[in-house]
Amino acid sequence: MTTYLRSRDPNVFGRPGDGPLKVLAEVIQRRRDGAYHTITVAAPDIAERAKPGQFVNVAVEGPGTILRRPFSIHRVSSQGPIAGTIDFVLDAHGPGTAWLAERQTHDIVDVVGPLGSAFPIPQQNVPCLLVGGGYGVAPLFFLSEVLTRAGLRVDMIVGAANAERIYNAIEAKRMTASVTFTTEDGSLGVEGLVTDAMDDVIAATGTRVIYGCGPMPMLRAVSLRAKERGIPCQIAVEEHMACGVGVCWTCVIPIRSAKTGQLRMKRACIDGPVFSGTRVGWDVSRWHVPDGDAVEDVAEPGTPIEEGADE
Amino acid sequence: MTVDVRADLGALSLDNPIVTASGCFASGAEIDRFYDVATLGAVVVKSITLEPREGLPPPRMAETPSGMLNAIGLQNPGIDGWLAKDLPWLQGKGVPVIVSIAGTSVDEFAEVARRLRGRAGVVGVEVNLSCPNVDHRGLVFACHPEPSADVITAVTRAVDVPVFGKLTADVTDIVSVARAVIDAGATGLSLINTLLGMAIDVESRRPTLANVLGGLSGPAIRPVAVRNVFQVHQAMPDIPIIGMGGVRTVRDVVEFLLAGASAVAVGTANFADPFAAHDLLAGLRTWMADHGVAKLSELRGAVQMPDREA
Ligand SMILES: Cc1cc2nc3c(=O)[nH]c(=O)nc-3n(C[C@H](O)[C@H](O)[C@H](O)COP(=O)(O)OP(=O)(O)OC[C@H]3O[C@@H](n4cnc5c(N)ncnc54)[C@H](O)[C@@H]3O)c2cc1C
Ligand SMILES: Cc1cc2nc3c(=O)[nH]c(=O)nc-3n(C[C@H](O)[C@H](O)[C@H](O)COP(=O)(O)O)c2cc1C
Ligand code: FES
Repeated sequence: MTTYLRSRDPNVFGRPGDGPLKVLAEVIQRRRDGAYHTITVAAPDIAERAKPGQFVNVAVEGPGTILRRPFSIHRVSSQGPIAGTIDFVLDAHGPGTAWLAERQTHDIVDVVGPLGSAFPIPQQNVPCLLVGGGYGVAPLFFLSEVLTRAGLRVDMIVGAANAERIYNAIEAKRMTASVTFTTEDGSLGVEGLVTDAMDDVIAATGTRVIYGCGPMPMLRAVSLRAKERGIPCQIAVEEHMACGVGVCWTCVIPIRSAKTGQLRMKRACIDGPVFSGTRVGWDVSRWHVPDGDAVEDVAEPGTPIEEGADE
Repeated sequence: MTVDVRADLGALSLDNPIVTASGCFASGAEIDRFYDVATLGAVVVKSITLEPREGLPPPRMAETPSGMLNAIGLQNPGIDGWLAKDLPWLQGKGVPVIVSIAGTSVDEFAEVARRLRGRAGVVGVEVNLSCPNVDHRGLVFACHPEPSADVITAVTRAVDVPVFGKLTADVTDIVSVARAVIDAGATGLSLINTLLGMAIDVESRRPTLANVLGGLSGPAIRPVAVRNVFQVHQAMPDIPIIGMGGVRTVRDVVEFLLAGASAVAVGTANFADPFAAHDLLAGLRTWMADHGVAKLSELRGAVQMPDREA
């Protein structure tokens, strides 16, 4: 078989470099975190290549399932007692996530990654606000670590329906300068939505860049608020994915070209999942709200973020 | 034991029978990040139309029992965009390219085909006949022998490489459409395209796909695809067939060959595993060696029919 093994590990398939790999990875640890499951798998080659915002596509075996399931990379460890691992967070609800939630330590799971684009990192030392909703906070932990290591101030807003659906509040507090929780039922922190807390936090911290991950209606609202404040905003989006690697064109979302202003259907899996929130054509997307709080394409004032090149 | 896996498709000969199904491999570059796609028999690219298309709104896919529905709407950069960007990459790889073309009128098919004439690396054209025909009340070309034949006639006139007509199984008599396409000058046939399907989210009571209806692919359709390959091969044993529909394992590849296919395309399986096509080729060689099959041609159409007298 002429597979291009990168390492001598017979369970790693792919090319040398920084592209994606397929790894038959051992489950090292599994935890319950409120409403979620966190799974740690041994995949040193993926861990080494991964950047915050990227995701893995995991094979599942629920009855009748044939497609992989995408999950954001929550954390990676390259050092320490269990080196070369990646964590992902599961919200178990359908056949695929339910099957994964049942995996035991030492089970082998088939993982493809790292996939997709990463969050761009500011070139200057500016305060960053990370806004997460539900399991969408998962990749923001990895991002927070990378930003903090680069010497940047990180504040977080974490929202969910209720306290049980706030992922790992203790760790969020530990790793940030400040964290504000919002719950829709008021069972933890501010009662309401993440956007209800944004103005206060931005004023208190002097936020210059906003990062968001969570449900699409939340990302739309966060993008709109960021645009109003003239703050550049990078979000990791979600759309149903058949392949996760860019070949099927199922996962598209409308993105406005920075150069031409034209809306183009871009693949969330390979052109994203990280996009500039103001470039998403919310007004023509399936996340459109008829009363018209659409985010239009605007030049982002003094963006300290290096934008990815437009196609 | 060394095995000969050359695939004989009449005027077209491929180093091996594993090709990609149109729309399931883009134009190859994405999967080349995992392995060298030049190891495949050919890359069949996503269907190209005359003008660029943005396709249908999402959600564009739904997983169904042992299959999936898709409604992409032929999103593609248009023939000129494709020639400028994707073909040079494929030429650089040196992999044989079969260009899938689509259109809504005979003229559109002919024009796309004309622009492919004489392009290095293009070894064949696959005509995706599963598009609605604007000149005939939106009826799908491949549902009727005459419009299918008209398209094939126009395309074979426009290009100098073998032409394969890709048919749908959503018809009463696929053999009559197949015969019309071959009589119109096609070298061979690609069987089958997706089957029209639908899924409903019972909680919201809404169709799962934005487009309401979509194409069913994956293991769920394999028996239908094998049946179509078998019926067409029985009716026209000399005509090369590229078989596809739910191929995931080596046993599936062999099943299509036994039914009468000369090559096998891998579609949805690429989504479940980016290495699917690569591993099937290696697996096929091993299977042939293990079963004492020296040449691929020994398998073609070699299904043993039950003894009717007994
Ligand atoms: C880039 C990306 C990152 C993600 N990160 C996480 C994460 O960190 N933690 C987490 O719990 N979930 C995450 N999701 C959502 C997760 O992929 C889905 O919840 C999961 O696929 C559902 O599978 P299922 O079989 O349990 O449910 P079902 O709903 O039965 O799935 C049926 C089909 O729909 C698709 N699907 C269903 N919901 C979604 C969704 N929200 N997004 C995309 N496809 C969906 C599935 O992949 C599957 O093909 C992410 C999705 C994307 C696109
Ligand atoms: C997402 C998707 C997109 C497709 N796009 C095309 C296309 O552009 N042109 C075409 O001729 N067939 C297209 N097909 C059909 C496949 O080429 C193939 O005929 C069908 O999926 C059956 O094979 P499979 O079960 O192995 O996927 C598409 C299929 C899928 C799943
Ligand atoms: S999921 Fe297949 S192209 Fe994005």
